[in-house]
Amino acid sequence: MKILVCISKAPDTTAKIAFTDGNTKFDENGVQFIVNPYDEWYALVRGLELKEANGGTVTVLNVGGAENDPVIRKALAIGADDAVRIDASTTDALSVAKQIAAYAKEQSYDMILCGKETIDYNGSQVAGMVAELMNLPYVSLATKLDVNGSTATIERDVEGGVEVVEVSGAFVLSAAKGMAEARIPNMRGIMAARTKPLAVVPAIETSAKTSIKSFELPPAKSACKLVDAANVEELVNLLHNEAKAI
Amino acid sequence: MSILIYADTSNGALTKNAFEAVNYGAQLAQKTGDVAVAVVTGSASGLEELGKYGVNKVIHVADAGLDNFDPQKVTHVINEVANAQGAKTIIFSHDYAGKSVAPRLAAKLDAGLVTGAVAIPNTDGGFVVKKAVFSGKAFANVEISSDVKIISVLPNSIEKQIGEGSASVENMSVDVPSTGLTVKEVRKESTELSLTEADIVVSAGRGLKGPENWGMIEELAHELGAATACSRPVADIGWRPHHEHVGQTGIAIRPNLYFAIGISGAIQHLAGVNGSKVIVVINTDAEAPFFKAADYGIVGDAFEVVPKLIEAVKKLKAS
Ligand SMILES: Cc1cc2nc3c(=O)[nH]c(=O)nc-3n(C[C@H](O)[C@H](O)[C@H](O)COP(=O)(O)OP(=O)(O)OC[C@H]3O[C@@H](n4cnc5c(N)ncnc54)[C@H](O)[C@@H]3O)c2cc1C
Ligand SMILES: Nc1ncnc2c1ncn2[C@@H]1O[C@H](COP(=O)(O)O)[C@@H](O)[C@H]1O
Repeated sequence: MKILVCISKAPDTTAKIAFTDGNTKFDENGVQFIVNPYDEWYALVRGLELKEANGGTVTVLNVGGAENDPVIRKALAIGADDAVRIDASTTDALSVAKQIAAYAKEQSYDMILCGKETIDYNGSQVAGMVAELMNLPYVSLATKLDVNGSTATIERDVEGGVEVVEVSGAFVLSAAKGMAEARIPNMRGIMAARTKPLAVVPAIETSAKTSIKSFELPPAKSACKLVDAANVEELVNLLHNEAKAI
Repeated sequence: MSILIYADTSNGALTKNAFEAVNYGAQLAQKTGDVAVAVVTGSASGLEELGKYGVNKVIHVADAGLDNFDPQKVTHVINEVANAQGAKTIIFSHDYAGKSVAPRLAAKLDAGLVTGAVAIPNTDGGFVVKKAVFSGKAFANVEISSDVKIISVLPNSIEKQIGEGSASVENMSVDVPSTGLTVKEVRKESTELSLTEADIVVSAGRGLKGPENWGMIEELAHELGAATACSRPVADIGWRPHHEHVGQTGIAIRPNLYFAIGISGAIQHLAGVNGSKVIVVINTDAEAPFFKAADYGIVGDAFEVVPKLIEAVKKLKAS
């Protein structure tokens, strides 16, 4: 089983969100970068579980510059066999997807696993785009993945429920919570990651269709109105008459 | 030119998110002088209703092969309809269906896509869409430069403008391609209100001490017609089902009213609920960070406050 897991780099979940250059750039000062949680906890770990059960390889792929290498090594430490970095500066999701598709088309993977979204730009775009560019089925927001020969059975979230789908042949999936339990890298994994192959491949030409013009922070919340615990009815009155929420 | 809006259905009926996306497209069309047209796939009824949300015309591709949702097929159909209608802007809801179709269509049309839009695009000199980023901790203004533009609208983020009238429904047939995907089963949690569509959500955390104490949370939710949710540790230790977990790594919700009971307000939890219109916090600790994000709060013990709250809501309903 030949599995590709697409990983992106994301700021740590506790990172302070601030902008520089007249609110046009994310301020990376003092920010720790991690493997995007959905990619690591769910897509990568489920890929490793499938490999452990069925044999095969798990390759992690990132589109980005050399500054992403430490994050790629983290994915290797969790257990991926090897890594590929497509040496492109990321512009928009479609450009990233074109890089991934161009590379993956040459490799005949049985499945391409992505995360449901990156936690910085919250796109939820790349995986579906890769699927279309490769003319493969796409199962979004998957919470369970089982494989039997060349058929995969996948559960995905839908409005107010769960859908069970069967896919024959190669497919692209985006992973959400439930797919696997996060793993913590051990010392051996971290040591081994240093010497695992990380191939750098050249990018293809792409042009961005979207660009970020500026960022804004949400307006500050006005102070919380505290109601005395002995006077719960007052809270209900406020919610009814003032907030008009009930 | 026209603006095409994909209106999703569930069990043959239009969803709340569909009405919202259609209204977003209609408001944009009004601004740009385009015509807004909606498209519905698979068996569905009640489509005339979309007239109230601002479209005069609905294209219905009623092929039974589309009743089971397959993003690859839906992408193909929307592309055909967009061509037939000369649509240059295509709108989705940023919901489960939109998330799986919009990116495919963008790749097919080599079009710029902005997901999770929170406002009608700014078209003064360009085409700039405001969207939530960093899990709701900031917004980005994103310009789309391609000829065809695709947007998905973050649920519960625009003011709807509801009018009169009914839309005319035109049937269109499209050859639906076969794909490698088969839908085997759809399990709807029909007894519960869908968390992402609920107007009111009652959520509780580790402060509740154990799963046996959720009775009062469910009762409060029931009285308010609300859905229930929880913090991540509560789902991880199995006190509540995983699909109730909200936050950065669970699901993101934007209800009109969010009750956080016995939840500390960690940054990763807030990331999933900070789009709520009104936040009420009940916590024993006056220093709990959640109070900083709240509109209303009670510093107190959930085991005393929640039963009183249930009584007060009952009293309000009776009045
Ligand atoms: C990468 C990452 C991702 C994460 N993603 C998420 C996520 O998506 N969602 C999420 O929720 N968390 C997430 N977390 C976890 C998050 O950091 C917090 O640990 C978690 O939200 C805390 O849950 P809690 O508020 O229920 O529990 P606690 O932090 O233990 O808080 C319990 C609260 O209850 C109060 N309390 C105690 N007794 C009572 C009482 N009788 N009445 C009223 N109040 C009482 C306490 O004062 C306290 O404030 C994530 C963490 C990481 C590192
Ligand atoms: N630069 C990248 N390199 C490799 N994979 C990526 C990259 N960006 C996004 N992805 C993958 O696509 C998923 C969705 O990303 P996004 O569309 O940006 O929300 C992520 O969870 C990753 O699996």
